[in-house]
Amino acid sequence: MEIKIALAGNPNSGKTTLFNALTGSRQYVGNWPGVTVEKKEGSLKKHPDVKIVDLPGIYSLSPYSLEEVIARDYLIDERPNVIINIIDGTNLERNLFLTTQLTELGIPVVVAVNMMDVVIREGDKINIEALSHALGCKVVAISALKGSGIDELIDTAIKQASGGETVPMHTFSGVVEHTIAHIEEAALHNLPEERQRWYAIKIFERDSKVMEKLSINKDILAHIEKDIKNAENQLDDDSEGIITSERYVYIAEVIERCYQRKRRAKLSTSDKIDKVLTNKWLGLPIFAVIMYLVYYIAMVTIGLSATDWANEGLFGDGWHLFGDGSAAYEEQAEMYNNSMLALEAFNPELLEEEELDAEVVVNSMRAFTPEEKTATVDVEDEETLEITQMTVYYDSIPEDADEETTVPVSFLEAMAFIEENGIEEPDPADYGTWVRGVPVVVEDWLSNANTAEWLNSLILDGIVAGIGAVLGFVPQMLVLFLLLAFLEDCGYMARIAFILDRIFRKFGLSGKSFIPMLVGTGCSVPGIMASRTIENERDRKMTIITTSFIPCSAKIPFIAMVAGAIFQGSAWVATSAYFVGMAAVVISGIMLKKTKAFAGDPAPFLMELPSYHWPSISNVLRSTFERGWSFIRKAGTIILLSTIFVWFTSYFGVVDGTFRMLEEEELDLSILAAIGNAIAWIFKPLGWGTWQASVASFTGLVAKENIVGTMGILYGAGDGTVYQNIAAAFTTVSGYSFLAFNLLCAPCFAAIGAIKREMNNIKWTWFAVGYQCGLGYVVALMINQIGNAFLGDVNILGLAVAIAILAYMLYMLFKPYRTSSESLAGHRV
Amino acid sequence: MKTLREVAIGESVKVVKIHGEGAVKRRIMDMGLTKGTEIFVQKSAPLGDPLQVTVRGYELSIRKADAEFIEVE
Repeated sequence: MEIKIALAGNPNSGKTTLFNALTGSRQYVGNWPGVTVEKKEGSLKKHPDVKIVDLPGIYSLSPYSLEEVIARDYLIDERPNVIINIIDGTNLERNLFLTTQLTELGIPVVVAVNMMDVVIREGDKINIEALSHALGCKVVAISALKGSGIDELIDTAIKQASGGETVPMHTFSGVVEHTIAHIEEAALHNLPEERQRWYAIKIFERDSKVMEKLSINKDILAHIEKDIKNAENQLDDDSEGIITSERYVYIAEVIERCYQRKRRAKLSTSDKIDKVLTNKWLGLPIFAVIMYLVYYIAMVTIGLSATDWANEGLFGDGWHLFGDGSAAYEEQAEMYNNSMLALEAFNPELLEEEELDAEVVVNSMRAFTPEEKTATVDVEDEETLEITQMTVYYDSIPEDADEETTVPVSFLEAMAFIEENGIEEPDPADYGTWVRGVPVVVEDWLSNANTAEWLNSLILDGIVAGIGAVLGFVPQMLVLFLLLAFLEDCGYMARIAFILDRIFRKFGLSGKSFIPMLVGTGCSVPGIMASRTIENERDRKMTIITTSFIPCSAKIPFIAMVAGAIFQGSAWVATSAYFVGMAAVVISGIMLKKTKAFAGDPAPFLMELPSYHWPSISNVLRSTFERGWSFIRKAGTIILLSTIFVWFTSYFGVVDGTFRMLEEEELDLSILAAIGNAIAWIFKPLGWGTWQASVASFTGLVAKENIVGTMGILYGAGDGTVYQNIAAAFTTVSGYSFLAFNLLCAPCFAAIGAIKREMNNIKWTWFAVGYQCGLGYVVALMINQIGNAFLGDVNILGLAVAIAILAYMLYMLFKPYRTSSESLAGHRV
Repeated sequence: MKTLREVAIGESVKVVKIHGEGAVKRRIMDMGLTKGTEIFVQKSAPLGDPLQVTVRGYELSIRKADAEFIEVE
């Protein structure tokens, strides 16, 4: 017989640790149908036929929170053979509250008292036998972390699954029991006897979800209602309050009988830590330091080198194994590049030859006599395509030379360098231990196999680049997830929500949204993935939607390009980009919170602040790899497919009536250019309805830094530099509108993949991307129309639409909304 | 009527009654704040809200707006 076990318990009771201990690695992580709440299933160690489902961590079986509804629907509808209820032995009182409800379901319950080692260490005593007697079910003492008691728990659970029985020992006060008996008799006599009590209590509580399900006859309902009213009058409370109160009163009695608490010092270690970490004065500075460390480790030091290795090493040319030879190579490469600049500044004609011969070059250099002691050369920045004029000195560089605009190698030094090292570009493979990157290896295979050019390009620029785009994020993500799992497991994450709640709740976010946003300044992909730590579903969705508004590091070259080409390098462009991003988060939060889909949470924000404890390494590692793997699996496909799509549309096109593959410079003939042409009219109201700008925005979907490269190709042809051509194509208003649209519209495919993974719902993914594009569009529209009107160039229709949108947004921003607490404040007695 | 919101930090109080209804009331009671329960107000968050209270041997964070539903003595 197949046995189904449900694992239920409070959050922070060690449920995840126990689930891992019970199943080992045989787990499947998915979602509960239709929601973003994670569902874990697995089979029991040594009993592959026993299935175990990890229910969401809950405090009660009320109908008011998503997690509780999921858990109780599963228990009522699927009726597992046995429930394992894990309770925290160091916090029996609140944990047993759920137990009193689980034992009423008519399903055998096995209570696992966790953290027994801690209880014993602190000198307390729990009488397991008495507890078992008081609760009417089997009780096993365990330590999920240490792995003790697990075998006994498994044996007991399997035994209970066939023929075990749990009879709730608790009775409510006389009048309540009388009413419950009445309800069972009048409305529930068709149900099996052991299930009647739970339903009867729910009907007594007027639980709307249960009443709906049972569809009880109106007359009977009216009759029952009279009984409930009577009980309420006698006990001076509403029915839900009566039940809850009486449960806690009963638990207090049970604790009295079964639990001996040793007198101890007033403050535990955890209390002392908490006194410092959430201190009125120290709390915020400590928080800032911890956040700085998370960012510094995950995004700057380890994280960045991991990403660089993945992108430029593993999925680039290659890398120096353990850094062996990389310093020597870099020094040589820099000398080489600067020498070439020095040469170019004084006699550029020397570099025009097809085949450069070091001896010839050196001889001509020696024979060269400069008319002046300095010359200039134009240097293009790789990332932003900005051109800077640099000065080169002939013999020696004076000490007061400006470092920013001086090539640090003089003409004569360059000559000596070329004489010694030749004029070949240094090859990293000649230094230390060089490992070739995946694309290089694949390229070799392909050229050996003599494959067609289009196939090479498909494999290299489409598939390998796409896989690289997926895997390139993983190392950094793992570092971040490791830190987050640590913060979650040790108990600090709950304090982050505690410290920041006051600020973030104002715009519909949790204090825990801070980390995704912070990480998002580096990269939205791990930022979006970090939203998993937010428990509340609405807060989580809101965070997923808004995280990518914060400008990530890939948008910086683009911002710099717009600033440099259109705004003469003004620093306020970059500053304002961050301001636009943050404003978009706040405005979206406030507006979306007032929509139906995000309407205020019915339950108030009451959050347990768990005791601090040292995290278990295996838990932290498991959670880290699970999240990393789920990104590859769930987000990988969409990233790969969209990368291939953009590759195809940009490298193929019809030239002179024939469809063929294109060179990189022929982007204007590509399918993508045709698409750009076809949709350019959409962007007309934004002030930049050209196919070039549309195509650049499109390629930005692959990765935002691609916008710069595409603009370089599309505006590089013709007279003038790229920057001059861009400046000619945009006004300041349309340029800023272009910037705003690309900052806010759909993020790169990798981030969309992450959104899809976290939403786990195609409808919500589309909503997120649609909202982002929509917001980007209307913001750019308002900038263009209102901006132009200020400059005296009024388009009546456009301005009217822009002002109407602005008015609507202001209306949404200032319209009062009902939060749980406020909406009920009026009802207060 | 004195509510939990007005209790000074470092003070212990007893719950008299939970006001409000539906989800708000239920959630507060589910977390163990029922009639007669002792509450110790530990502190407020660095920004002044929410409060941290000790109840039934554990630490709980509760917003001041929600603390107004809890009548204490």
